[in-house]
Amino acid sequence: MIETTNRSEAPLLRFGRVERWLHWVNATLFFVIMLTGASLYIGPLSAIVGRRELIRAIHVYCGIALPVPLLIALIGRHGARLRRDFRELNRFAPGESRWFRARTRGSVRLGKFNPGQKLNAVFIGAAGLVMLATGSIMKWFTLFPIDWRTGATFVHDWFALGIWVAVIGHVMFAFKDPVALGGMMRGYVSATWARRERPRWYEAENQESIKPEPQDTPR
Amino acid sequence: MEALDQAAAPGTPVGRRLFLGLLGVGALGVVFGAKVQDVLERALGPLISKDGTGLSALLPIGRFRIYTVTGDLPHKAKPDYKLSVHGLVDTPFQLTYAELRALPPTHLDKDFQCVTGWRVPDVQWKGVLVSDLLDRAGVKSEATALRFTSFDGTYTESLTVAQARRPDVIVAYQLEGDDISDAHGGPVRLYVAPMYGYKSIKWLDGIELTKEVRPGYWEDLGYDVDGWIGRSNDRDDKPV
Repeated sequence: MIETTNRSEAPLLRFGRVERWLHWVNATLFFVIMLTGASLYIGPLSAIVGRRELIRAIHVYCGIALPVPLLIALIGRHGARLRRDFRELNRFAPGESRWFRARTRGSVRLGKFNPGQKLNAVFIGAAGLVMLATGSIMKWFTLFPIDWRTGATFVHDWFALGIWVAVIGHVMFAFKDPVALGGMMRGYVSATWARRERPRWYEAENQESIKPEPQDTPR
Repeated sequence: MEALDQAAAPGTPVGRRLFLGLLGVGALGVVFGAKVQDVLERALGPLISKDGTGLSALLPIGRFRIYTVTGDLPHKAKPDYKLSVHGLVDTPFQLTYAELRALPPTHLDKDFQCVTGWRVPDVQWKGVLVSDLLDRAGVKSEATALRFTSFDGTYTESLTVAQARRPDVIVAYQLEGDDISDAHGGPVRLYVAPMYGYKSIKWLDGIELTKEVRPGYWEDLGYDVDGWIGRSNDRDDKPV
């Protein structure tokens, strides 16, 4: 494949300020929640770390705080980009599921996100809500039937395992693609990358660039 | 907005379906998780306890979960440890860790079942029969119950004298062939095989004979005083 790269072509804005801020606040909270969770759950680790009451308090309050930045980022005019990305994450374009098979992957022209990213985002979102609900049942278990405490613990454990797998995978994919990672750090990706990895998004952006995006200019 | 939505992102709302599906799985898990957990523990627990790699110990099946009711993991060095047997007895006494270890041991190879659903199969316990300690102290006739205290300063438990005299109720100092660690309630804890885990008080430091049963820590929070596995707390686990 011959790449006709125009070196002077301007980088594309992939994630606005609000989205990047949200991503890194979330990443920090997840990091803290996952590590404190592990040190409550894994026996030998919990013996090394100790201070269970403190660790539990950090775990619980970071968990309760998790939806706050998301809600702040979603509402109002500054959330327009994020809301648009959410709509994008929600839907699979016709034939896009072929991306999951190595044999047919090349035939799919991707939009802003690949289907794996879509599933990951949805999974993390739903799992986060499930963890919040089950964690609350575990914390305030006296308010619920005693069986629910068992059920909530059960769900919390298995979803935690799923989240660990998803987050480790997410981070590994990020490190494998420095341009994409740069997009989440500084906001911009090269036009070359966009045209090659996300052609449908690249085209849409170029059509839109005729009119400037009001959301991206800081006020 | 809806029209724009359609134009910008046509296709199937896979995300919404997955999202709602996961929430549904979570909700079902909360309501029926206790039963699913039982099935998984029974089916997979024995396999996992034999896994040599230790990796499956990370799975939420067939493993101990560490609970404490106080801020820190309680710790007491063996030379500082004392178990006191007192209350309505003829001769109250204290045992050091070494003295306890010198008493005739009892081995139990039995499951550990928590009231929250998890179960660890075939745990090897070693300790001293509570019954032996009662004989040594001489239980006065007006005593009907035992009150156990923990050096965590908060946790308490209770048994009737008849329950405590069972041959599967021990003051344990070894777990799976090792001295019991801080996390598992060491150096000395109670193991009441036929009852849910909350009866097996960790960090045991005192046994007091009392006139009647005084409910323990979790029993004040709603758990049954007679915590028989499979016959209490609205659960139907296989008895141990």
